[in-house]
Amino acid sequence: MLPPFYELVDAYWRDVARLCLALAGPDDGEDAAQRAWLNALRAYPSLKHDRNLKGWLLTVAARAAMDGHRDRARRPVPMADPPERAAGSMPGDPSELPGDEIWTLVAELPERERIAVGLRYALDQPHAEIAAAVGVSEAMSRRLVSDGLAKLRVALGRTEEKDEDE
Amino acid sequence: MNDREPMPALIDDDVDQVDADLVTRLRLVAGAGAADSDTGLGAPPDLSELAGRAGLLDVAIDSVDTPVGRLVIAATEAGVITCSYHDQDEVASRLAVAVSPRVLRAPARLDPVRRELDDYFAGRLTRFTAPVDLRLASEFGRRVLTALGGIGYGTTTTYGTLAGRLGRPSAARAVGHALGANPVCVIVPCHRVVGADGRLTGYAGGVEAKRLLLNLEGRRAG
Repeated sequence: MLPPFYELVDAYWRDVARLCLALAGPDDGEDAAQRAWLNALRAYPSLKHDRNLKGWLLTVAARAAMDGHRDRARRPVPMADPPERAAGSMPGDPSELPGDEIWTLVAELPERERIAVGLRYALDQPHAEIAAAVGVSEAMSRRLVSDGLAKLRVALGRTEEKDEDE
Repeated sequence: MNDREPMPALIDDDVDQVDADLVTRLRLVAGAGAADSDTGLGAPPDLSELAGRAGLLDVAIDSVDTPVGRLVIAATEAGVITCSYHDQDEVASRLAVAVSPRVLRAPARLDPVRRELDDYFAGRLTRFTAPVDLRLASEFGRRVLTALGGIGYGTTTTYGTLAGRLGRPSAARAVGHALGANPVCVIVPCHRVVGADGRLTGYAGGVEAKRLLLNLEGRRAG
């Protein structure tokens, strides 16, 4: 028996907002959350059971966050000068947060790794929850997260080398 | 990393350990574990308007405070489907199963009904115009409740008389059951039906509520 949809909103709106903000970025985060809720509301009555509603919803949200990326790729927005990077700032330094685009690299990961990394580090979800959301074992959830981190590490090396070259 | 706050408890997993600084950076940027006020998260989103425009608001629900207590009101596209003395979450759960799980709080959608209820309880309204959706009533129940349309404001009838009107003069008890199951209290005026001796027998909102409604309507007899 599916509960009234507003119970999902009450229980998980923070998780949906945070996940969308992380994966879609500050410019598209709120729109992504709206898309997520509409997509979820559209599909909700066709769910066969009420197990794992949270995992289902967060997966819907992670996908909605990516729709914005696809839209932007199709219709490039003219960019102003790139934001200046404070000289000598360290990666992960909180003073640098507004400009830290590490999550745009997460958005480039394959879907299951992206969702796993998003749930793990934007929402602090345990592997049991991630496994349920993605539909894999807990061991696979660990694997997805560590593979995702490894790819991030490589991508990060590339972008930061490029920054130093410029 | 040395003079940073102690590592969050989360990072006790071997996966997280290997890439501790990357993990810290991801969590910091995402605001994981931070208070809502620090991440700009205000209130839960109000989806009712968005959902309404997308045709995805199957059941709008809200509560309204009245002299007979808090009433839960709900509406579908077809009309008011619930006006109940029960708890809102309980009503919503039942609607989710019986009508559609797309149940959202939607005060604006219910404004016209709320206004009519306010006017009714202020004595300014003697006939509700909001359409009702009686799909939660049984077939016989729908006949009984529809027949209440003939019992005007300020008047009462008896279970037996109503049964007679429906061509089932011996079905007073069944009529009583149908009225007791009225899903749209107050608006569909089951409170205007009283016992043969004029006594105010059972009512979903309690006999006191029934008395208050009839007094409000300035009932003459009984």
